[in-house]
Amino acid sequence: MDFLQPRTWQDALALRAERPDALPIAGGTDVMVEINFDRRRPGALLDLGRVPELREWTPDDGRVRLGAGVSYARVISELGERLPGLAMAARTVGSPQIRIRGTVGGNLGAASPAGDSHPPLLAAEATIEVVSAARGRREIPAAEFYTGVKRNALAADELIAAVLIPVASGPQQFCKIGTRNAMVIAVTAFALALHPDRRSVGTGIGSAAPTPRRAPEAEEFLAGELADAGLWETRGPLPETLARAFGDRVAAAADPIDDVRGTAAYRRHALSVMARRAATWAWNDYRTDSRKAA
Amino acid sequence: MRVTTTVNGTEREVDGVWPGESLLYVLRERLGLPGSKNACEQGECGSCTVYLDGEPVCSCLVAAGQAIGREVTTVEGLAGDGGLHPVQEAFVEAGAVQCGFCTPGLVVAAHDLLERVDQPSDPEIREALAGNLCRCTGYEKILDAVRLAAQRQAAR
Ligand SMILES: Cc1cc2nc3c(=O)[nH]c(=O)nc-3n(C[C@H](O)[C@H](O)[C@H](O)COP(=O)(O)OP(=O)(O)OC[C@H]3O[C@@H](n4cnc5c(N)ncnc54)[C@H](O)[C@@H]3O)c2cc1C
Ligand code: FES
Ligand code: FES
Repeated sequence: MDFLQPRTWQDALALRAERPDALPIAGGTDVMVEINFDRRRPGALLDLGRVPELREWTPDDGRVRLGAGVSYARVISELGERLPGLAMAARTVGSPQIRIRGTVGGNLGAASPAGDSHPPLLAAEATIEVVSAARGRREIPAAEFYTGVKRNALAADELIAAVLIPVASGPQQFCKIGTRNAMVIAVTAFALALHPDRRSVGTGIGSAAPTPRRAPEAEEFLAGELADAGLWETRGPLPETLARAFGDRVAAAADPIDDVRGTAAYRRHALSVMARRAATWAWNDYRTDSRKAA
Repeated sequence: MRVTTTVNGTEREVDGVWPGESLLYVLRERLGLPGSKNACEQGECGSCTVYLDGEPVCSCLVAAGQAIGREVTTVEGLAGDGGLHPVQEAFVEAGAVQCGFCTPGLVVAAHDLLERVDQPSDPEIREALAGNLCRCTGYEKILDAVRLAAQRQAAR
């Protein structure tokens, strides 16, 4: 095994193309477990930890361009205002030690259906920026990035450069079910974003289908009902029946399985409850949110 | 491959490191620093916690090469010439050590908390130690130890 340690983004891309047998490593919180347990023996490790650009985030025309190598700890401490949904999810990842090393780019690279970044990225309609030395950069909407269980749309010679995430224009929520608070892989998870600027709703479902996914029908339903009742403007209370109907539609969008962490039926039920609560909490925030005029 | 890194203030050089090797393995098996413990090798237990450039990390999940040119502080590096660090003393006095396997990781995690927060609340202590498992004590004495160390730190 070789250890490749590029110091520039150009070198990292060149090495990625030259060495298809190399496995990128960022925080190592997924990769090292696989190596320690002999589940993986790549020809080389491609350490991205010395590429400065990957560890930066910058404001980018109403979005945050989050370098793939920014840790969860920094998302929490630096981006809680701009990206509240992702920061809430980041707070639930692993333990302090894991959040210091683990990165959003690594979560996308691993593409586990249980990865906690995915629901808020879907709800916020984020885009993944990937680059290859040969073909340059392309942007993949989060909803198209996850292609199967632990599979993503990355080509063999590509690396994830950054995630482009619209700055929140309204309240966001993240809910996760597990057996305790710390160190828990989600039994199921749900993220919600209200986009009052365009009167729409974003959702993300985790751990309840082969890939993280949105619940488009539920999104349109809730946004439409809010519009029909004039609630975006009046900021009146969210009817309980509407929150429930939204929860049912979110649950219907899932395609869960029975496994050691929970049954499919439990996951569906939990999703309907989380979606109802997330909608209620987010709407209550919207009602009292004086920062943005309707 | 060769790994050169600063461990507990001293530059150390190790040859013949396998590129998939963890920092924990290098510390324990190649540098003779068995303080950091290997209990799970999957980031779950925190017994391998060390400082990497001032931040507490699971050394079992750091590839050795990722520590090249970095500063590592292990539990062995906390005690000064005057003896145990106050956090270590508090662990002994409060009875927070039974089999002791979790202790080095917990001491580093508690040390980090008290570097950042003067008078941590109980929820803050629990949160800071959430990545460290103990199979013996039931955690009560560990919480006592951190409170004791915090009190003494405030009194100084
Ligand atoms: C104890 C423990 C608890 C955990 N708890 C959680 C949890 O609660 N929620 C959760 O979602 N995850 C959890 N994880 C999983 C892991 O921490 C996350 O998936 C994390 O985001 C991985 O980031 P990393 O930087 O450590 O990735 P790495 O392990 O370095 O890499 C992960 C994958 O991404 C690829 N990769 C990394 N960067 C790039 C890039 N720039 N371009 C292309 N590919 C790349 C790697 O090749 C690899 O396939 C946990 C892990 C552990 C060990
Ligand atoms: S040995 Fe590293 S966390 Fe358990
Ligand atoms: S004292 Fe034995 S594991 Fe903590």
